[in-house]
Amino acid sequence: MTDTQKLHTFVLYVENQPGVLNRVASLFRRRAYNIESLTVGHTEREGISRMTIVAGINEGAAHRVEANLYKLVNVLSVEDVTYVSTIARSLALIKVEAHEESRHRLMEIARVFRARVVDLAPQSLIVQITGTEDKIQALEEVLRPFGILEMVRTGQVVMSRGVKKALSKQKREAKDAAAQSEISHSV
Amino acid sequence: MARFDAPHLDINAIYGYIQQYKLDTEAGLRPTGKVEMATKQQTESPSRQSARPRETRQESGKVKRTGAEIVWESLERLGVTCVFGYPGGAILPTYDAMMKYKTHHVLVRHEQGATHMADGYARAGGGVGVAIATSGPGATNMVTGIATAMMDSSPIVCITGQVGSKLIGSDAFQETDITGITLPITKHNYLVTSADEIAPSIREAFQIAASGRPGPVLIDITKDAQNATCEFDWDAAAPKVRRPEPDHFPNSVQLERALDLINSARKPVILAGHGIILSGAMQEVIAFAEKAAVPVAETLLGLGAFPASHPLSLGMMGMHGESWVNTAIQESDLLLAFGMRFDDRVTGNLKNYAPNAKKIHVEIDRAEINKTVHVDVPLIGDLREILQRLLPGVRSGDRSEWLQYIGSLKHDSAVRDIQNLPDNGHLYAAHVIHDLWRETRGDAVVVTDVGQHQMWEAQYYKHDKPRSLITSGGLGTMGFALPAAIGAKFARPDAEVWVVVGDGGFQMTMAELATIVQERIDIKIAIINNGFLGMVRQWQEFFYDGRYSSTPLLSPDFAKLAGAFGISGVSVRTRSEALSALRAARENPGPALIDFQVEQEDTVYPMVPAGADLHQMIRRPSPLVETANDD
Repeated sequence: MTDTQKLHTFVLYVENQPGVLNRVASLFRRRAYNIESLTVGHTEREGISRMTIVAGINEGAAHRVEANLYKLVNVLSVEDVTYVSTIARSLALIKVEAHEESRHRLMEIARVFRARVVDLAPQSLIVQITGTEDKIQALEEVLRPFGILEMVRTGQVVMSRGVKKALSKQKREAKDAAAQSEISHSV
Repeated sequence: MARFDAPHLDINAIYGYIQQYKLDTEAGLRPTGKVEMATKQQTESPSRQSARPRETRQESGKVKRTGAEIVWESLERLGVTCVFGYPGGAILPTYDAMMKYKTHHVLVRHEQGATHMADGYARAGGGVGVAIATSGPGATNMVTGIATAMMDSSPIVCITGQVGSKLIGSDAFQETDITGITLPITKHNYLVTSADEIAPSIREAFQIAASGRPGPVLIDITKDAQNATCEFDWDAAAPKVRRPEPDHFPNSVQLERALDLINSARKPVILAGHGIILSGAMQEVIAFAEKAAVPVAETLLGLGAFPASHPLSLGMMGMHGESWVNTAIQESDLLLAFGMRFDDRVTGNLKNYAPNAKKIHVEIDRAEINKTVHVDVPLIGDLREILQRLLPGVRSGDRSEWLQYIGSLKHDSAVRDIQNLPDNGHLYAAHVIHDLWRETRGDAVVVTDVGQHQMWEAQYYKHDKPRSLITSGGLGTMGFALPAAIGAKFARPDAEVWVVVGDGGFQMTMAELATIVQERIDIKIAIINNGFLGMVRQWQEFFYDGRYSSTPLLSPDFAKLAGAFGISGVSVRTRSEALSALRAARENPGPALIDFQVEQEDTVYPMVPAGADLHQMIRRPSPLVETANDD
């Protein structure tokens, strides 16, 4: 990420089809924006997936990325939630070297971070932590002296607080019905 | 007319076919009232008709079709009468099925030509152009044409064959990932692996290509999908709603703000772009300009969107725009950008672009707003609708002072203009274009390539009508003109179509001369031959101390070359010959080629060097400096 870039978080609803991820990722690649994290998963609506993309974007270009994402036919909605009040979480599994003497201290650390020990082996244990990026990073630093053997992180999932931004189910259905009368791909 | 020598012809089969055709039409299985285009090309050979099969109809009225048949059936129902293509292995089933349908197929000489033809067809006629090719090299040859259409918002649909679905990803013969390759240069693309997806994909592709900001769509159909049989249900293939449309239309607050700026501006300029033509807003722009007394500058692709002969028309803006146009833009206090995207060739240095002007941007593509130039009021939506909403609120203004000032700028440029200088015996490209304009009374469809001749055409051919100039603007694709002109002729068979092309660009796609002859179409070709890759040479002259690295260009004798194709060709070296050659070409029916051997090291003036401020132009020398020694 260059100096003039800032991390932006986009939430997308997309059709669950082959190639959609490629189309979305290609927009960032073309402009040489690095995707810091990307998560995709099913939603409560069948055939529709939700993506959370965190990427370094040039100052002033975020709205254009948003508009260009919306131009993709398989993208159903886009929102730049960078300046919206949100809950952001990611999950990490950290495998740490653990012996008889260090095991208790590691479990104590996990407790403080409200992390869970999900695997215990003679030479190691796996800590599962859920939380903000900051919190995960803090735990990682504390565990590092014990010897981190392996680590995996999911990338952020983000949801805006309250119901201000998200359409309620009835409203969404009403809007869909209104759209049925006039089909057009606006851009 | 020559009769077809067809000993295998079965009269009974033809009669049977005609009966079946009538039954189908009555049963609503075939469209009636087809769009009549390119009618003289539609005459079918009898052998084609006899090949049509009986239809297997089911009780429900639905029919069984192969995927290949569905391709043509869908195209026919969408009103497509002519397609441009080149057969090959993976598209063979579709080409075989084609013989049963009425759609006219133009055999091109290179798939790039097919895409440019589809593009020219779309731009000249306002419909959707269709190009067809096989997998692998056939598909990759289309890439340049697709990118050209993408940059210039031209609605085309490209259909490519793909290897069998079970072979995809196995590096099979002529396999290429064309949906991956064209992903960033199409509005959308499809990989179709089963026959029942074909009709919905084609229907949706046409809708996507033509709606909103138009653009190219590619459909890649596997060979097994073409061969498979399925139930063909046109109604069920209708495009589905994917998402609710955003409320794009500008609200009354934005419209009020725009009107306030318009009504209070003292020195406004309208920037007329391609969007006016795409939106069909020509009348609205004229009404707007006249009511508010606002002068109109055009982008390259906006030429013809506003009549050049209109008193309020300034001419083309930008890098090779006349100095009064660019000066007016730089000194204006309000820019009204109608369906244009502030391309770098239009703005020059962004930091000093129209520094005192407020900007109103009327644009259908939200992603264009504030992309390069910051605008004060964005109005997102269809230009025509927005102008209709704005018009009642526009107050008739008296801007005579501003208009007079711009008029006074013109005089200084006019004395430098080559067409106002006495004939010194040399042939300049400007003369040729000017004569062409006068001879055709501005009524021709002129298709230009890319380079110096393109700019001279834009300066000296006055376009009063939309879709009368077809040129590659955004991508600047050399080799565009000849194939695009063929497409334009099919869209508008009654129009006089002229190709204006350089000696460099012509040699990129000149194989399509054979297509012209095979299709027996009437296209006139004016080669502006200066023995150089002229525009590159001009840059080398200005910015690389005249080091002409690889710009001198050896060409064949174009007149003889035309003769080899069966096209009448002539070479012209002086101004006095030019007019008679143009007249002869126009009077004689059939294609003609004129090789205008013009001044070699002529320069397009004025010129804003790339990155300079718009008003920092390299002007025409005054008085004109002779570029050749007069003996």
